[in-house]
Amino acid sequence: MNSYVDLQHWNILLITVVLTSLIAWSIWRTRSGHSVSLRKFAALDAISDAVAKAVDSGQTVFFVPGVRDLDNMQTVAALSVLAPVAAEVATRGGRIFVPTSRSMVMDSARDICRQAYAEAGREDLWDEEMVTYISDDQLGFVARVDGLIAREKPGLCLFMGFFASESLLLAEGGYHVGAVQIAGTASPVQLPFFVTACDHTLIGEEFFAAGASLENDPHMLGSLHGQDLGKRLAIVCILAGTVIVTLAEVTGLDVASRLGDAFFTLFRAG
Amino acid sequence: MRSRITQLILSSVAILLIASAFATRPSGADGPALNRFLAFFDQHASLWFSVLAVFAFILGGASLMRTHWRKVTERADDWRYSLVTLVSFVVVLVVGLAKIGGPPGLQGNVAAPDSWLTSIFETVLSPLHATLYALLAFYIASASFRTFRARNLEATVLLVSALIVILGRIPYGATLTSWLPEPLTFLRMEDLSLWLLKVPNTAGQRAIMIGIALGVVAMAMRLILGVEKGQGGRSR
Repeated sequence: MNSYVDLQHWNILLITVVLTSLIAWSIWRTRSGHSVSLRKFAALDAISDAVAKAVDSGQTVFFVPGVRDLDNMQTVAALSVLAPVAAEVATRGGRIFVPTSRSMVMDSARDICRQAYAEAGREDLWDEEMVTYISDDQLGFVARVDGLIAREKPGLCLFMGFFASESLLLAEGGYHVGAVQIAGTASPVQLPFFVTACDHTLIGEEFFAAGASLENDPHMLGSLHGQDLGKRLAIVCILAGTVIVTLAEVTGLDVASRLGDAFFTLFRAG
Repeated sequence: MRSRITQLILSSVAILLIASAFATRPSGADGPALNRFLAFFDQHASLWFSVLAVFAFILGGASLMRTHWRKVTERADDWRYSLVTLVSFVVVLVVGLAKIGGPPGLQGNVAAPDSWLTSIFETVLSPLHATLYALLAFYIASASFRTFRARNLEATVLLVSALIVILGRIPYGATLTSWLPEPLTFLRMEDLSLWLLKVPNTAGQRAIMIGIALGVVAMAMRLILGVEKGQGGRSR
């Protein structure tokens, strides 16, 4: 063991260095003028249309940024989606409502929305109560938000971030008032509920890419290019690993067995 | 200026936490000073977050009080609900802080069996939670009814897979296909259901997990490099 670096997790360190380098290089590349082409997300196109429809019909846009605190990456990703959505609502002169279950999330979301209304020149529409704290209690939060949805009848409900069993309770609440519903989460267990109850769902990596994609900022899009490079690398590794392990199993070649062992060592967890 | 300071703090803390994950843990006062600092930082960062969260909770409580107080005083729509929230909030806060019915003092257990707070939890909050949670059964039924319609190929695949998994999990499903002869046992409901869960489902879940991991790394890099908008005070 090195006196500075714990080499027990050398494989994770190596993968981290490779992935972060790829993403950093992609960001630097777009900063120096290279363009990035993005595939279309149906869910993101639907957000813009649904915001326009909700604002035109005088309905509120509900944005629920999950039920975890700022130390959860999904909450951070949700706030990065909130920024362009709040900007779009503010520019169109609509009203956004952000119920939060954590005080620090409320504070950050309030900053983001206040800034969006200020930059759109619509401070007259801004009210601090548009972003409010409900409760840290999971079911208490759901009861209040479902009640608000039932009474206010929003035109669009966005559920972005980490959700547990409240995913279906919230999404069904929105469905019953006829709101357009778009969800985004990286909680695999909750994805089926959102897919079932919502019009569109951003699944896993799409959710983390949504904020960057909506902003359409070249620097942010650079990181998505890096993310795609990482995905290609993962596909190559999966295919190579499958071929090597199959070869080792079928032919019994010593080289293939050693390579197979090396693959298992490289991708072992912990 | 403010956003630059925020970004500097964010980037430094993130880099230190990543470094601490790969740094050797020094035993006692031995080991390089850098590693001792990283170990200290790693150990205390979550504690500092908890301290911040406690202060932020006061902010949240104040926001909640202000919102509902305004509704009550202005007699806004549904102000009665706000009154119930305010009264409940104040009652539970006073009962909890004063430790009524339980052992007093700073060290007294706020959740002692005889305390009023425990009674409120068991007689009010717990049944309310159970009631709300029970709604899930009806919501799952209504959502499934809407989704499981063979409108197109994807929906049909979903419908058939769901039916197999449901039938494979109940005794009736097993009896339905128990007559299948030896070479066709893999087609029995319970085996088909298990295969669906173990093979295509696991493959899909792993693909999603790889995508999530890459997404988290990309998001973290955007935050560390200050590319992310709307975070850390950076102007949009």
